Amino acid sequence: MTDQPTPAVRDVDTAEAVRLASEGFRVIDVREQSEWDAGHVAGATLLSLGDVAARITEVVPDRDTPLLLHCAVGGRSARAASWLVQLGYTNVVNLKAPITQWKDRGGRWEEPVQLLTPGQQRRYSRQVLIPEVGQEGQRTLLDAKVLLIGAGGLGSPTALYLAASGVGTIGLVDDDVVDESNLQRQVLHGVDRLGMRKVDSAELTIRGLNPETTVVKHAERLGADNVERLISGYDVIVDGTDNFDTRYVLNDAAVRLRKPVVHGSIYRWDGQVTTFVPFEGPCYRCMYPTQPPAELAPACSVAGVLGVLPGIVGLMQANEVFKLLLGVGETLAGRLLMFDAMGTTFDEVRIWRDPACPACGEGAGDAPAVPASAVSA
Amino acid sequence: MSTVRIPPVLRENTGGSRSVDVAGATVTEALEDLFAKHPALRDRVTEDGALSSFINVYVNDRDVRYRDGLGTEVGPDDTIILLPAMAGGARSGR
Repeated sequence: MTDQPTPAVRDVDTAEAVRLASEGFRVIDVREQSEWDAGHVAGATLLSLGDVAARITEVVPDRDTPLLLHCAVGGRSARAASWLVQLGYTNVVNLKAPITQWKDRGGRWEEPVQLLTPGQQRRYSRQVLIPEVGQEGQRTLLDAKVLLIGAGGLGSPTALYLAASGVGTIGLVDDDVVDESNLQRQVLHGVDRLGMRKVDSAELTIRGLNPETTVVKHAERLGADNVERLISGYDVIVDGTDNFDTRYVLNDAAVRLRKPVVHGSIYRWDGQVTTFVPFEGPCYRCMYPTQPPAELAPACSVAGVLGVLPGIVGLMQANEVFKLLLGVGETLAGRLLMFDAMGTTFDEVRIWRDPACPACGEGAGDAPAVPASAVSA
Repeated sequence: MSTVRIPPVLRENTGGSRSVDVAGATVTEALEDLFAKHPALRDRVTEDGALSSFINVYVNDRDVRYRDGLGTEVGPDDTIILLPAMAGGARSGR
């Protein structure tokens, strides 16, 4: 093939090209994908210069089809048009003018809705490639608001990976300061943060990892008095606290406000994860109607905990968050997953909605909350 | 013999054992055999002779509350899981 345009290709200006397109000429865009993505003639077909000779017969089998070729200014498309004539296409015209004039001359133009900025497209490309995520899913993550109760052992890995993956808003509820004994597992923090509020330290780390993530700091303890205010603005709550009072208070409020809670707990070498989706699956009270005595819930500071355990459990919680936000896969709703680090085994048991549950059972529905103290006394 | 899985918070009562093989055709009988082998467990798991309300009992993956309670039958290949609530996590936020 020669690169010289042959006389059989007629050059047209924009006004004529727009008219021909409206009269049924098939528009072939020979630019590159990135140029196409920025906007293109409505109804056009993208066949980049490197592809057009090889693919035209498959895309346009009928060689008498009237074809209008264009690129950015008319150079590449002139070459492509000459090739098509040599391949036997009988009615080929070339737009010899800047394609930027197309809209101004009344031509129909499509600009794809940009869900992600070019920077976001680059940053999140590896997960945007996953069919269940895609641009729409990534947009969902960027618009999502996730609240972590605790910026400690479980909250650290959860926060790091949610932020890295582009979850747009991460709220942190924690009134503690960074202590040296935290650093063995609380990887949000470091030796230069000792004595700093955990929410401040976490914000620094998250900002360094992903400046796009908004960190909302709640330097307070979650209790019956503030729980609804704290959780109401969020899509998903991640529970990584160490005491039963908080877990029951959170559960009851989450059921009332219909907020899914991803539950994680750890003890030495053992971890548990489940997801509570109000009224779709069981809640914490369905599982444990009665609040256990405090000695069954020794804090890490008393019982000890293997450093990697909150890492493993916290990331399983993060995985649940992604599925809840994206609406894909199967969450742990209705299942309690138990991880034994000593034997490296996973077990699960089924948990059921209790019709008599004081929080989400029949009759509890939209009724006012049962105070934790009244039920667990 | 069926197997009883001992939760972490109760392992101090079994000398550290994570599971105990027990005899018995029902959960009640299996637990009696467990208490015979590890007497300290009785007070941790029962209240006034009944199972503590804050410990869930599963046979394999099924909560006995939704089967026949402590009368649920157990066979030699069954695993009984004692599951008290576990709360451990961050110290703060409480």
